[in-house]
Amino acid sequence: MSEKTVLLQDTTAGSTTGTSDFFGVFKAALRESDLADNVRLVRVADMGVYNQGVVMTILPENITYANVEAHDIKRIIGVTLKHGNPVKDLLYQPKFRQMRLVLKNCGRLDPGSIDDYIAADGYRALLKAVEQKTPDEVIAELKASGLRGRGGGGYSTGLKWQFTREAAGELKYVICNADEGDPGAYMDRSVLEGNPHSVIEGMLLAGYAIGSSQGFFYIRAEYPLAIERVQKALDQARERGLLGNHILGSDFSMDIEIRLGAGAFVCGEETALIASIEGKRGTPVPRPPYPSVRGLWGMPTCINNVETLANVAPILLHGADWFAGIGTQTSKGTKVFALTGKVRNSGLVEVPMGTTLREIVFDIGGGIASGRAFKAVQTGGPSGGVIPEKYLDTPVDYDNLQKLGSIMGSGGMIVMDECDCMVDIAKFYIKFCVDESCGKCAPCRIGGYQILNILEGITQGRGTLQDLDRLILIARAMKMGSLCGLGQTAANPVISTLAYFEDEYREHIVNRRCPARKCRALLEFNIIRHLCKKCGLCARACPEKAITGDREHGYSIDTEKCIHCGVCFDVCKFSAVERI
Amino acid sequence: MIQATINQKPVTVPEGTSILQAARQVQVKIPTLCHHPDLPPTAACGICIVRIEGTKKMLRACCTPIENGMKIITHDPEIVEVRRTVLELILSNHPNDCLKCGRNQSCELQNLAADFGIREELFTKFIGGIPKDDSTNAFVIEPDKCIHCGRCIEICQEIQGVWALSFLGRGFNSRFAPAAGQKVGDSPCVVCGQCASHCPTGAIFEKDDTLKVWQELQNPDTFCVVQIAPVVRVAIGEAFGMPPGTNATGKLYTVLRRLGFNAVFDTSFAADVTINEEATEFVERFVNGKGPLPLITSCCPSWVIYLEKQVPDMVDYFSSCKSPQQISGLLTKTYYAEKMGIDPSKIVVVSIMPCTSKKTELTRTEEMFASGYQDVDYSLTTRELARMIKQTGKDFVNLPDSEPDHMLGDYTGAGVIFGTTGGVMEAALRSAYSFITGEKLGALEFEDIRGLKGVKELSVEIAGRRVNVAVAHGLGNVMSVLNRVREARAKGEPSPYDFIEVMACPGGCAGGGGQPYGVTDDIRAKRAQGLYQDDRDKQFRLSHENPYVQKLYAEFLGEPLSHKAHELLHTHYVKRMPG
Repeated sequence: MSEKTVLLQDTTAGSTTGTSDFFGVFKAALRESDLADNVRLVRVADMGVYNQGVVMTILPENITYANVEAHDIKRIIGVTLKHGNPVKDLLYQPKFRQMRLVLKNCGRLDPGSIDDYIAADGYRALLKAVEQKTPDEVIAELKASGLRGRGGGGYSTGLKWQFTREAAGELKYVICNADEGDPGAYMDRSVLEGNPHSVIEGMLLAGYAIGSSQGFFYIRAEYPLAIERVQKALDQARERGLLGNHILGSDFSMDIEIRLGAGAFVCGEETALIASIEGKRGTPVPRPPYPSVRGLWGMPTCINNVETLANVAPILLHGADWFAGIGTQTSKGTKVFALTGKVRNSGLVEVPMGTTLREIVFDIGGGIASGRAFKAVQTGGPSGGVIPEKYLDTPVDYDNLQKLGSIMGSGGMIVMDECDCMVDIAKFYIKFCVDESCGKCAPCRIGGYQILNILEGITQGRGTLQDLDRLILIARAMKMGSLCGLGQTAANPVISTLAYFEDEYREHIVNRRCPARKCRALLEFNIIRHLCKKCGLCARACPEKAITGDREHGYSIDTEKCIHCGVCFDVCKFSAVERI
Repeated sequence: MIQATINQKPVTVPEGTSILQAARQVQVKIPTLCHHPDLPPTAACGICIVRIEGTKKMLRACCTPIENGMKIITHDPEIVEVRRTVLELILSNHPNDCLKCGRNQSCELQNLAADFGIREELFTKFIGGIPKDDSTNAFVIEPDKCIHCGRCIEICQEIQGVWALSFLGRGFNSRFAPAAGQKVGDSPCVVCGQCASHCPTGAIFEKDDTLKVWQELQNPDTFCVVQIAPVVRVAIGEAFGMPPGTNATGKLYTVLRRLGFNAVFDTSFAADVTINEEATEFVERFVNGKGPLPLITSCCPSWVIYLEKQVPDMVDYFSSCKSPQQISGLLTKTYYAEKMGIDPSKIVVVSIMPCTSKKTELTRTEEMFASGYQDVDYSLTTRELARMIKQTGKDFVNLPDSEPDHMLGDYTGAGVIFGTTGGVMEAALRSAYSFITGEKLGALEFEDIRGLKGVKELSVEIAGRRVNVAVAHGLGNVMSVLNRVREARAKGEPSPYDFIEVMACPGGCAGGGGQPYGVTDDIRAKRAQGLYQDDRDKQFRLSHENPYVQKLYAEFLGEPLSHKAHELLHTHYVKRMPG
């Protein structure tokens, strides 16, 4: 019998599914069947399958099972491991084929093994570059590929490298921006956890191209597993002569170290990130000069996002034409999205640029989990905007999303249904930006706080129609007057929800009503007599003793006393409390 | 050269010129708030935004270098609306209690609000409610009035190298304060007051002692004496619309008498006394080897605090001579009181200083009470005196000139140049040369140690020996000089300098923290020129030639460094741990 490998999904997200126990159970079962020596059981990060219980792929057959239970192990061993046949009812069947370039090997190889990476063509692009290409040729290849920054800005990676190469400086630095912070986004974490060497190779190629000998990973400290795996990968690369002096026997020397971010969202902004590495307060400074001219410690510095760097090696390996053949006119390659929210299949998806929102949300995501009506999809995190149903057929690329008042951002994608209140959503995002504003410049520091206060008022039933004018005024001042990207885009969720859902704002203000029934202060609660079982749970839970009655005659809510907290609605087991 | 257009008019400016500066060529003064011409832009407020023609994007004019071919629009309806909204947002986070604010009518935020015709509060008001910090005698910090321009932090950290102030917290709750939120009095602060003189609002404001001085002036039982520091005479005119550097000495004497002071003295006289002591001290150390070299000047109280806190290993090099402010007060309550037969307990000495730090010097050590009383009772900044004059409605510009009270009022050219960087050194060298050689210097001007270069060096030959001196101003420039001394000391080599002058503020007292607002290098230079002109116009230009100083020594002190002089005119320093 030939050797087999079982890849078991084991990520931060997956660890809630109890994979660790499962690993032990599986191992024991293999020993029992005398297969322990023939089957390699590997914990891998992120296969891109979520909410599907335990997920595993068996190689070389490349069979993926989902929702595997302990009692299925015997069948898997008997049918697949011993005979190479699939267990049909366990097969994972995705609806829409994703296109995995960046995530290709995430979940396909042991992130702790450099051999696995090398076996999968790892570091071949680097070898090809240092042996056969000049730095200028590497940059030309990148430019021809059309790769644009995946961190949100969408700036041409090749041009960025070229400017850094051309800038004068004794030393030059490469920084990998792994300060991923958008709510709900974890694309970069998954790449670092699942395939750290792919990012290291990208950084080395960047270093070779711009003439740098020192690189830094700037990883947020809240990513302990990513940090651990990157550190291990760096150690391995150093042992193999892939980091340090005379890499692969060439004249190119470079080392890479990790710097931890302390959790400030704004430190993902490149000038604030540089300040943070330098040990200063993480606040942005005016650009120009751009980091490519004057960056870390005053030296030309190339800052690229994790996903951008992970794209570099495949481009150099397969050529610019191959990469440029994927995607749309202005946006090449694929994009990884963290698809979350009310969608049925949440998780990471990687699709070619130009895939429509509908394909992502409905074909890959499986539509709205609850079966309710789709309302909007939010892209670009706190800097982005909401996109309503009528634009779902828009092909996703940098420019199209911008036209719709949102942005590509780093790839957060949150699906909302009819139970999501757009004022509340805008409030959520502006609250995030208020918390994360560094406080340096007035439009962002005060403007964000004022917007939050106004939205708070609207959701509490204190809004006025003048508030809408104020929101627009402040949003415009923030967009035009803020120093860095955080402030300039912080009002986008407000601007876009107002553009597409102004009626919902007006409903809150004029009729003191929240159509999504989300804003509790605007809700009236009522006990439906014929559904009420007279258990009294609501009355006991009510903090204001606003529910009176007894188990004989039933209960009712005193609307004068009610503070709209909704506890009664939450605790009722019989859906007898309604929100009006 | 860069060629661009601003409002369709061509401009040609050197590379690196900001849009803000370039706009001056087409007679446009773009509104600003956080920008101060003395400091690099912090880009904090967003008021100075302009647009590149035909685009949506707006840029900050203060920190964006104009580029070839750029087409800038400095105002259109949307730009004005954004500026106005930003201003209204800032006002929503400001107490707006202008009527009882020290910066009323000199507040840059208030001016902007007036220019934009703000008539109502558009947004809900949110004020932090952070308590005042009055832990020093020099100034009061009111964080609620802060607009986060960052100027105080820029000057404290980058220019002064003191790092007492920084931003704490984030977002809406960010505020400026010493590290860990401690009181400024417990911080490394040296109370130079540069933060106060660069603050656009009343967030950092000198501790106002004018009311107390008014009370003393109105008290029939007191004998009020005033002394004016050298550089006040060439700066106070700015508060009354006179050009910087205009010498208003005679008007000052007149106005102070009319405010009710019984005697008007000049601190420049005491500066002459300081030089007699300090130059003699230098000669003792340099020629007779009594004491270590380099000798370091000690008349700047902020520099004294800095040295005691930050470089205690240098304490032994310090001149033990008191500052002119203290010497003037002391002589008033001893020598003058004795000669005039006035009860020193009735004398109130008020000093007019370019400085906030002088307020703390009044009670620095027990030696500041050498007369048996507090030698100087109150110290007012130039700005405070200007306010007192305005309160009385005196037409300062058109006042006639008058003379000081001669006993402690007549000064030499050497005494008056104390008010600018390099002046103390120049005055000391003039006298030291005479003390060592018995001859008078041919050329009295030492051009090498004049001007605004951060560290100035000079090597002069006196009696066949080279005297190497260094002059540093702006505390951020000091450590490079002191480190050279340390390096030589560590190697057992002689010190590279024999004599070092340090003034805490950039430009020396000319740029002092208590001077009229809006200082730039141009203004510092003009104030200094005013003093150098005064020096050139003087009959006596060497401190020891001052006939009243000679009389003082003959009648009262004996000779420089005499036992009595030591007792009254000298002090000592202690090594304090940083912060």
